[in-house]
Amino acid sequence: MASSADAKNEGLVFHPMDQFIVEPLFGAGPVHWYTVTNVTLWMALSVVALILIMVVGTSKRALVPSRAQSIGELAYGFVHKMVEDVAGKDAVPYFPYIMTLFMFIVLSNFLGLLPMSFTTTSHIAVTAVMAMVVFFSVTIIGFAKNGVGFLSLFWISSAPLALRPALALIEIISYFVRPVSHSIRLAGNMMAGHAVIKVFAAFAGVALISPLSVVAITAMYALEVLVSFIQAYVFAILTCVYLKDALHPHH
Amino acid sequence: MATKTDVSVSSCIDSYGSAIGMPQLCTDWASNQIFWLVVTLVAIFFVLSRLALPRISAVISERQGTITNDLAAAENLKSEAAQAEEAYKKALEDARSEAVKIIETAKVEIKQELDVAIQKADSDISAKAAASEEAIAEIRKDALANVKSVAKDITSELVKVLGGKADAKTLTSVINAKMKG
Repeated sequence: MASSADAKNEGLVFHPMDQFIVEPLFGAGPVHWYTVTNVTLWMALSVVALILIMVVGTSKRALVPSRAQSIGELAYGFVHKMVEDVAGKDAVPYFPYIMTLFMFIVLSNFLGLLPMSFTTTSHIAVTAVMAMVVFFSVTIIGFAKNGVGFLSLFWISSAPLALRPALALIEIISYFVRPVSHSIRLAGNMMAGHAVIKVFAAFAGVALISPLSVVAITAMYALEVLVSFIQAYVFAILTCVYLKDALHPHH
Repeated sequence: MATKTDVSVSSCIDSYGSAIGMPQLCTDWASNQIFWLVVTLVAIFFVLSRLALPRISAVISERQGTITNDLAAAENLKSEAAQAEEAYKKALEDARSEAVKIIETAKVEIKQELDVAIQKADSDISAKAAASEEAIAEIRKDALANVKSVAKDITSELVKVLGGKADAKTLTSVINAKMKG
């Protein structure tokens, strides 16, 4: 009651970005690298969700799967097929790593859709680390598997010779931009949707607009459910594409 | 959502507890997020690679094996069923031809028996007919003899009534002559 009165006094107050604040879980104080924060809580919840779906759900090892088990098998089959189809058969040893990224992102995205939750994947610090890990490991794998031949990725042999240096420059730039686009795409998508929902929610304080606001939030939420999955999928499939480039650099 | 923190604990939060600009760009929190992210990813990786993925792949391949086996077994059963049907049809065919054969032999046997019986009956009948003829001839002969004696008796009685006396020898010869006549 008091807060709504406050809001009335101040007029419409928008704090759409407050949901992204990192704060200590216990007490107040500065956030050190080891502090248990809401980041810790929601990442831990994603691990709990992972264990529930992938370990507890499949614990019966049923020949005819239960619902929970089929979700786990579906996720496994989905990512496994993606790795095999996009990156090739020789990329299958890297499947657990891609599965790790995909499951973390998809679970964090969906957990972030819960009201009052904190979306860990909406932070560039988080997505950039994953993108950099992908970037460096793919580059290292590329050089380890192909040696200097990996550089042929930038030397497009199918193009006319005169164009190749220019193309090589473009290719190199695009290669180094990869982690940037890779990380900002995910964080930006997650942040934007959540912020928009928050803005719509703030409009709900005005009685006249509130029905429209509720409808808009519902529609936006549906879109966000879609985006949550698609962004995880995009992140994983791009990782597969980069991995394919590393394993088969020859165009 | 202004959860009021009494002190500004970060350069990214104003005195009301609201974010200044984009919290995503706040470098104060990056180390915390990176640390917990690494912990989380390592945890997820170990859960997946040690527990979940081997188990799920085992379950899936086991299911695949079961399906393949079941399909093979079904194929076997199908061919067995086809064989059984074949055998059944053959048995039916055999039984039918057997039945036809049995009927044929039975007919032949019955006919033979019937022929024998008819022959026997014929011979019996002809034997009986012969015996009857014999009996009839006997009776006829007897009848002739009787006629003779009755005639003799009647004649002698008549002669006696008429007041004559007939001797037996004359009577007999007369009667014999008359009867021949």
